[in-house]
Amino acid sequence: MTTPSLGKDLIGLEGLSADQIRLILDTAEPFKEVSERAIKKVPALRGKTIVNLFFEPSTRTRISFEFAEKRLSADTVNVATSGSSVSKGETLVDTARNLEAMRIDMVVIRHPSSGAAQFLGDRIGSNVINAGDGKHEHPTQGLLDLLTLRDRFGRIEGLKVAICGDVLHSRVARSNIWGLLKLGAEVALCGPATLIPRELAELGVQIIPRIDDAIAWADALNVLRLQLERMQAGFIPSLREYNRVFGVTRERLDRAGKDVVILHPGPMNRGVEIDSDVADGPHSVILPQVTNGVAVRMAVLYLLAGGAPEWQAS
Amino acid sequence: MPSVTRLLDDSAMASALSRMAREVVEKSGGTRGLVLVGIQRRGVELAARLAGLIGKTEGKPIPLGKLDITLYRDDLSTIGPRPRVGETSLPDTIEGRTVVIVDDVLYTGRTIRAALDELADFGRPRRILLCVLVDRGGRELPIQADVVGQTLDTTGDDRVDVAVKELDGRDSVELVGGAPL
Repeated sequence: MTTPSLGKDLIGLEGLSADQIRLILDTAEPFKEVSERAIKKVPALRGKTIVNLFFEPSTRTRISFEFAEKRLSADTVNVATSGSSVSKGETLVDTARNLEAMRIDMVVIRHPSSGAAQFLGDRIGSNVINAGDGKHEHPTQGLLDLLTLRDRFGRIEGLKVAICGDVLHSRVARSNIWGLLKLGAEVALCGPATLIPRELAELGVQIIPRIDDAIAWADALNVLRLQLERMQAGFIPSLREYNRVFGVTRERLDRAGKDVVILHPGPMNRGVEIDSDVADGPHSVILPQVTNGVAVRMAVLYLLAGGAPEWQAS
Repeated sequence: MPSVTRLLDDSAMASALSRMAREVVEKSGGTRGLVLVGIQRRGVELAARLAGLIGKTEGKPIPLGKLDITLYRDDLSTIGPRPRVGETSLPDTIEGRTVVIVDDVLYTGRTIRAALDELADFGRPRRILLCVLVDRGGRELPIQADVVGQTLDTTGDDRVDVAVKELDGRDSVELVGGAPL
């Protein structure tokens, strides 16, 4: 039996095979238990140095990566750059090359430009993990959503998952679509026409315009965060209007007369895209998603860390 | 063609295990605070068998655990990650107990070194003993077993294959690639 490796970088789920995705999910399983131990630490990445390079504000993802790194005994440095002052292109590569000159093994990068992680990965020898690039992908979020769905349903194949809300600006949506389709799930998108890119239908996803129809169809809803600045940009008339037409409410779920599992990548706008009694309800897996995030990131770090980085080999 | 020598069959393995079960109790000074911990994969099955045998003669269940030492290996950067990491689960506490590590084959000692490190992260047992079905020599670390089913002299080219009913459908120990010296 040959085991698929992940290669040098994790840029997106689009570039992974179903077997590679399954390898990450299976590897994440034992890492869940490590976080339940009294001493939440194993020595697997002892002596590895990892830089968390965040060009965009992030709390959850950065902390989750940092816990994953520390629980594997890696040494970590956080570099947070306030977004606007950093220009693209050479500056990004210069920053990374300087870090690499300090002999680092891995870079976890969050960047406002789509393609930034790939750009970096192509130019440095250290492993690069994409922690979200522009509107492109957020692969570890996609993976933790897959793991959470697999925990809940025991399988991904044949599941019906509706991704609801601002798909247009969402890298989480893209990573979810790729991952779910590769593992054999059915995917639907639901949201205001202004926020659902029609061309995604070409990937083999359906578009369900009404949230009630999406709820009736789906086994699970992945409710995306509505980025509030979209209102000023004219994508939606008002937050109240959005909640009335697309909000996932207890009443709507009750009307569907069946259990629908609720995911949300956070941070939530309670009362806008999701109501509190849904977010905190019995079918919500929003907190298990956060727990699984650490395990999935540990698995990715562990799988990429094998072998010497290029600067050591040369 | 590599030569295959059958060292233990079904019944030989059964009698080796019952002798080992008695020795484990003897060397642990009874079953009070005794915990058997098998190393993934086949150590887990052997530990369960030994616990069953001891439990039967002593008339009480013996706590069992399993240990996957993958994340404690010392060769991650040289040979890359082992893709399949197995389950680790230990009884509620190992603090102050007598822990018997059970594995199928003792060779370089590196697996046991990793297991000792991992156990230390779960607590401080009163004693740790090592029980192996086969001791094939070839140690690279100062580690020895307290209870041994069978001792062998082997070379680096040999392979010792242990099969257990639960996973392989039969019980056997085979030496592949050379004859015992």
